[in-house]
Amino acid sequence: MSLSKKNKEAFLNPLTINNPVTVQVLGICSALAVTAQLEPALVMGLAVTVIVAVANVVISLLRNTVPNRIRIIVQLVVVATLVTLVSEVLKAFAYDVSVQLSVYVGLIITNCILMGRLEAFAMQNGPFESLLDGIGSGLGYAKILVIVAFFRELLGSGKLLGFNILNYDCIQNAGYQNNGLMLLAPMALIICGCIIWWERAHNKDLQEK
Amino acid sequence: MAANNNSKGFSTNSNTYTIVYAIVMVVIVAFLLAFAHSALGPKQDENVRLDTKKQILSALNINEFTDAQATFTKNVVKILDNNGTEKCAVADFDVTGSDKNDVIYQCSVNGATKYVIPMNGNGLWGAIWGYIALDENKSTVYGIYFNHASETAGLGAEIVKPAFCNQFKNKNIKRDDKLTSIAVVKKGQSAEGKDYVDGISGGTITSSAVSVMIETSLKKFEGFLTK
Repeated sequence: MSLSKKNKEAFLNPLTINNPVTVQVLGICSALAVTAQLEPALVMGLAVTVIVAVANVVISLLRNTVPNRIRIIVQLVVVATLVTLVSEVLKAFAYDVSVQLSVYVGLIITNCILMGRLEAFAMQNGPFESLLDGIGSGLGYAKILVIVAFFRELLGSGKLLGFNILNYDCIQNAGYQNNGLMLLAPMALIICGCIIWWERAHNKDLQEK
Repeated sequence: MAANNNSKGFSTNSNTYTIVYAIVMVVIVAFLLAFAHSALGPKQDENVRLDTKKQILSALNINEFTDAQATFTKNVVKILDNNGTEKCAVADFDVTGSDKNDVIYQCSVNGATKYVIPMNGNGLWGAIWGYIALDENKSTVYGIYFNHASETAGLGAEIVKPAFCNQFKNKNIKRDDKLTSIAVVKKGQSAEGKDYVDGISGGTITSSAVSVMIETSLKKFEGFLTK
């Protein structure tokens, strides 16, 4: 399947030069909250990806019928419905994960990435472009979440996805200790800052003149 | 931005259109969510029930198992009412039902009899609850489990952590055959006439709430416990 240049950009830009977290600096709140371990970060990234993609398609299909004065309300209703559905499905089929994500599933509704993409992209573009943009934005968000969670879980508790990586006597006896600070929210912000620093150093387009 | 007029010639900006649009949207959404909830409801309830059983097992210090249901059936022997008479068969009892806080779970862990008593109370922001497991003498704490709905993370929410729960082990809820409960006090202080554990710094209200919860919950079973 070959994509037009515009479609390719809609899909790939959010992953790189227009990343929702590191460039648009949206969705930071949830990025701090769910990244102490890799598993909830993956689930959150996946949930947001599915919801942005589907919400983008729904809003894109409705875009010519939505009354202008209540368009934000319509967008919110679509997002809130999808989030509630995802939450119900998680409670039925992945109860432990839903307990762990608890309030953050509800927080997807207020995730700025969703409203941002709906208002800025889906209201003007067709369903297919919106689908690509939604998946791209969601994956761009998930990418940052996974990178942050990888470092926090590895350095904070010496594990990855719950599997032991660094908690062995030979490593601990050599003087290595897990850094409990990594598990606290401020370290997520610092790691996000480091990623933004790295991206800007490697991409001249992102640097302020 | 969205087209102001569609091909049929009526304005998507008119009041009538806006109101009808909003009503139709809300009705569709309401049906969709109601359908999803009733379709998935039984499975969710089953998950909550299984999770409650895991909490009871956790109070018995059983945290490693492959099949929670089988482990629960193996270790929980009888359901007793607050006088200590058998209420109903374990398999017939709904651990999330309306009488979930009015029963005692008589358990058998590696041959030793333990009693698990449900506790519930009010924390700082919302409900707190837990299960306390007692030895056969109905006094010595064998294990304890706490959970909460919305206590502050890092402060009141620390009550779920082993560091807090493990303090309760081997404390006694009775002195001279009288129910005294276990107090949660500020670090460094002590409680007169009863056993006590350290509270959580910065989580004073939740700590006191735990103290009150243990006392009021045990009070309900005083007759059984001092028998």
